[in-house]
Amino acid sequence: MIKLEHVSKTFSGQSEVHAVRDVSLEVAPGEIFGIIGYSGAGKSTLVRCINLLERPTEGTVTVDGVELTALAPRQLRAQRKKIAMIFQQFNLLMQRTCLDNVCFPLEIAGAKKEAARRRGMELLELVELGDKAGAYPVQLSGGQKQRVAIARALASDPKVLLCDEATSALDPQSTRAILRLIQKINRETGITVVIITHEMAVVEEICQRVAILDSGSLVETGRVEDIFSNPQTDAGRRLVYPDGVALEELPAANVVRVAFDGGSAYQPLVASLAIDCGVKVNILGADTRNIDGKAFGTMLLGLPQDPAEAARALAYLRGQPNVTVEEARDYHG
Amino acid sequence: MDKFFSQMTEIFATPKYLGEFLDGIWETAYSTVVSTAVAFLLGLVLAVLLVVGDKDGVRPLPTPIMKTLNIVINILRSVPFLILMLFVLPLSKLLVGTRIGTVASIPPLIVAAAPFIARLVETSLRETDRGVIEAAQAMGCSPFQIVWKVMLPECRPALISCFTTAFITILGYGAMAGAIGGGGLGKTAINYGYNKYNYAVMLVATVLIVILVQIAQSIGGYLAKRADKRLR
Ligand SMILES: Nc1ncnc2c1ncn2[C@@H]1O[C@H](COP(=O)(O)OP(=O)(O)OP(=O)(O)O)[C@@H](O)[C@H]1O
Ligand SMILES: [Mg+2]
Repeated sequence: MIKLEHVSKTFSGQSEVHAVRDVSLEVAPGEIFGIIGYSGAGKSTLVRCINLLERPTEGTVTVDGVELTALAPRQLRAQRKKIAMIFQQFNLLMQRTCLDNVCFPLEIAGAKKEAARRRGMELLELVELGDKAGAYPVQLSGGQKQRVAIARALASDPKVLLCDEATSALDPQSTRAILRLIQKINRETGITVVIITHEMAVVEEICQRVAILDSGSLVETGRVEDIFSNPQTDAGRRLVYPDGVALEELPAANVVRVAFDGGSAYQPLVASLAIDCGVKVNILGADTRNIDGKAFGTMLLGLPQDPAEAARALAYLRGQPNVTVEEARDYHG
Repeated sequence: MDKFFSQMTEIFATPKYLGEFLDGIWETAYSTVVSTAVAFLLGLVLAVLLVVGDKDGVRPLPTPIMKTLNIVINILRSVPFLILMLFVLPLSKLLVGTRIGTVASIPPLIVAAAPFIARLVETSLRETDRGVIEAAQAMGCSPFQIVWKVMLPECRPALISCFTTAFITILGYGAMAGAIGGGGLGKTAINYGYNKYNYAVMLVATVLIVILVQIAQSIGGYLAKRADKRLR
């Protein structure tokens, strides 16, 4: 659906900035694709190259079979209607009501007012904001604004949805709600989604594949499970294990990924593992949240070198309610 | 002082003066409204060109055109109003057939105010949220649609404030025009006041101008506030 070939973007000012360097990647139709990287890695620039808000200095961009980089302005504008985008700052029209915001792309495309309003209401209902049709953006919370932005993005029946840090200005609950919504829309309409973020949790939650961008270069691309359990590059490891755990230096043999699904909190689990079966494990990385004393999220545990101890720990973990365990990577040798 | 009071009494007792002042108010209001309307339209168009045609605007125009535009606007803005008026009066003669009177002062007022309004509106338009413009571009808006459907509506409150400021400035210019043959309260103040040593007339004319300014400012402020959907 999206194909970038050797895309580079250099900003020339007093000093040249190579924001994106020779990036090639392909996003399949219907996929939710994540692009992660540290601040300044060039994520925004890269995603803006997809709809040519930023014209690449080199390389070609093809979306839905059309090479955008070869188009004249008028044709490009027509193609852009197929590529919706949502932003960190929502970018709603502040002087228009929510409904009028959602109707905006239809208005641009010259739709009849009546039909546009009907479609606009449908979309507002879809994002569960039907009651806010007449409200102005200033009267909405961040999460609600982003939902209006999503409804607006969907108005032109796009094939691609680009999200540039769409949840970065939101609290965790709103972030989840927005991600769920994007996931639901992806499942129902088959829209291809590209998500730019610096939050690993976002990628983990809904992306199928992910690319890691570091100083403008694409250093890793692959399935989320693979990259998250086994990053191949330094940049990947720094992102996935932000607390600076260098996996090579750990005495652990087996790494297991433990997913909590509302059971006991993870700290007690690790403690009870030590008490109940006398096995000490290393927490290599954790991304869990305690909600009402229940743990949700995942944790990477390094099991001891001794195979017998490791097996005991594994059995113990598997015996816990609301916990799923999978082996993430073998660290022998 | 006694003289001043007797003049004051005379003003309110003599229908001739009342008629003069009413005429003055009407002429001032009339020439200000017409000049502001036309000058604002001109200024708006110039401002849009300045913003859109900028090298990182939504539809960059050739640099020589932009340079010329900027220079012309700057020159017109830096010539003192009275002098500019003298230069433009031949144009009035051409357009309306006379150099004297209320109507004759309208073309100079427009020429003097339009560049000033262009700068005023330019500043407002430049404050349109860049993100919103980008969102519109990402949706496939043409440059015209961006101006017409995004920039101008998003700036509506600021534009109303610009209009108010323009109106008040032109009101002031119009009073000055009274000194060199224009109509309105300025003429009343000069002809019946200053030239006849009647300070009461000057004072009343001035107070009337101040009142008109206050009214314009209040209405403009109210409308700008009511138009701004960010303030609720
Ligand atoms: N218009 C521009 N002109 C010059 N340099 C730019 C421009 N836009 C971005 N850059 C530079 O390009 C680099 C990449 O920026 P970009 O915004 O793509 O990073 P990012 O990964 O999105 O970061 P963040 O997570 O903070 O949003 C940065 O060094 C930035 O300073
Ligand atoms: Mg960014």
